[in-house]
Amino acid sequence: MSDAIVAEGLVKKFGDVVALDGMELRVPEGTVFGLLGPNGAGKTTTVRILTTLLRPDAGRAEVAGLDVVRDARRLRGRIGASGQYAAVDDHLTGAENLEMVGRLYHLGVRRSRERARELLERFDLTEAADRPVQGYSGGMRRRLDLAGALVAAPPVLFLDEPTTGLDPRARIGLWDVISELVGGGTTVLLTTQYLEEADRLADRIAVVDHGHVIALGTADQLKDQVGGDRIELSVTSAADLETAGRALAPLAAGEVRLDPGALRVTLPVAGGAATLTRALGELAAERIAVRDAGLRRPTLDDVFLTLTGRDADDRTKETVR
Amino acid sequence: MNALHLAVADGLTIARRNALKIRRAPDLLGGVIMLPVVFVLLFTYVFGSMITLPGVSYNEYLLPGIFVMTIVGSAQITGYTLTQDLQKGIFDRFRTLPMSPSAVLTGQTLADVIMNVTSVVTMALVGLLVGWRIHTSPPEAALGFVMLVFFAYAFSWVTATVALALRRPEVFNNIATIMSFPLMFLSNAFVDSARLPGVLKPIAEWNPVSTLVQAARELFGNTGSLMPEPTAWPLRHAVPVSLAWSVVLLLVFVPLAPRLYRRAVSQ
Repeated sequence: MSDAIVAEGLVKKFGDVVALDGMELRVPEGTVFGLLGPNGAGKTTTVRILTTLLRPDAGRAEVAGLDVVRDARRLRGRIGASGQYAAVDDHLTGAENLEMVGRLYHLGVRRSRERARELLERFDLTEAADRPVQGYSGGMRRRLDLAGALVAAPPVLFLDEPTTGLDPRARIGLWDVISELVGGGTTVLLTTQYLEEADRLADRIAVVDHGHVIALGTADQLKDQVGGDRIELSVTSAADLETAGRALAPLAAGEVRLDPGALRVTLPVAGGAATLTRALGELAAERIAVRDAGLRRPTLDDVFLTLTGRDADDRTKETVR
Repeated sequence: MNALHLAVADGLTIARRNALKIRRAPDLLGGVIMLPVVFVLLFTYVFGSMITLPGVSYNEYLLPGIFVMTIVGSAQITGYTLTQDLQKGIFDRFRTLPMSPSAVLTGQTLADVIMNVTSVVTMALVGLLVGWRIHTSPPEAALGFVMLVFFAYAFSWVTATVALALRRPEVFNNIATIMSFPLMFLSNAFVDSARLPGVLKPIAEWNPVSTLVQAARELFGNTGSLMPEPTAWPLRHAVPVSLAWSVVLLLVFVPLAPRLYRRAVSQ
């Protein structure tokens, strides 16, 4: 199987800011690849280079066998892109938006019109087809934007944070649409801040930080790297936070994290529910009131903390060893 | 399909999009229909009741001035729309499509021609109601309208270039207002520029807006038989000089705008 997307040593600077610093990617045809990372990690810059919107300062990239700089014009006929800011026209109706995109792909007037109707139906927008986009909800806009990326049925699709800012229901709806797409053999490169999203949609995930890939693997491989479950609990008073941290330290399989803002203690554990019971017992012995406690799987924050030694969102949190 | 064919087809697609936008956006439509109507009524009733000119009614003298003032004003819609589009993701969408990159600007300015035709026709009709008349032959009058729209088209490229240099809608609006007021009022649009004091007189006489207003007055026959002939060179050859101004603006700004467009979108 050949690679639909290849990036080698991509570098991009904006003034003094290094957005990409040796970005390497290989995405086999017909697979979904997730780029996971915090804001400013270089995800969007990577997508903008691969979709011909930006030229790299160094390195090279090929999409669908075409160089993103030299063959930019031809490449644009073979890719679809849907961004984090829905690129739709407010004053045009849904149908007019898609028709316009079809014409600009040079599908011809009649084919553009047919294709617009097909996609509106597929994305559950038929009822809203002839209303200006102005009145659409956030989820409807994103669906329309995604439909716009599919007008020419491109073999390679780029989705830059497709669900950022959507409510949970709209997010799950969009995930269903994307999974369905992938069944059709399209190669997809998806960027996201949510491990859950990458987990649900991507075959392979690259964790990106400071403009290059710091970890690569399937969702399960990444979670294994991070370790198993964690206990997350919050106390009712700030005075108890340190005490709780010390009391729980012996149960932790790694570092205990304290979040003074949320009065939250987080610790990786090995023993599952039994450890949670013991943890609550320890706190009861210290007479610490617990507002909320639970056991959960690793999140992006945990992946990040493990891989980089800091939080994904760069908030400084107090650490107790 | 060859490149030129594609560029034209893509330009028409974008023009269609922008025409639909103007039709649906109340703020833009207001600028195209309502503002010209208000200008005609306001200026003719306020100034028309105070000012008298020898051999011509002030309303007739004034209307070509209002035509020009309005098209200079509404050419700013070109720039304003571009700055607004720059704030959204729509240009990114366009740039990932295999379309002709020039189509964004050719399409936008073409749609604005339709808009300018609409506002000139509206003003002419309201003008007829308040006593404005054409006293020349139909070909001369037609040339007058064509010249106004041609200048508006050229001026759209100027505002497009300024907008792409400034990028932010609120910055563009401020600068465009500051630039267009002297252009409109330091001219012969409302008063006889020959009677302006000191340095204002040559400025007004060489202002391209004055030339266009004078050309429109001549072609519609609104100059007034008893008014003194203008002495400044551009005003004595108003029709060819106006056309030349439009051509020069196009020659400078049509190549400049796409460059600034590329710079603005690759940020």
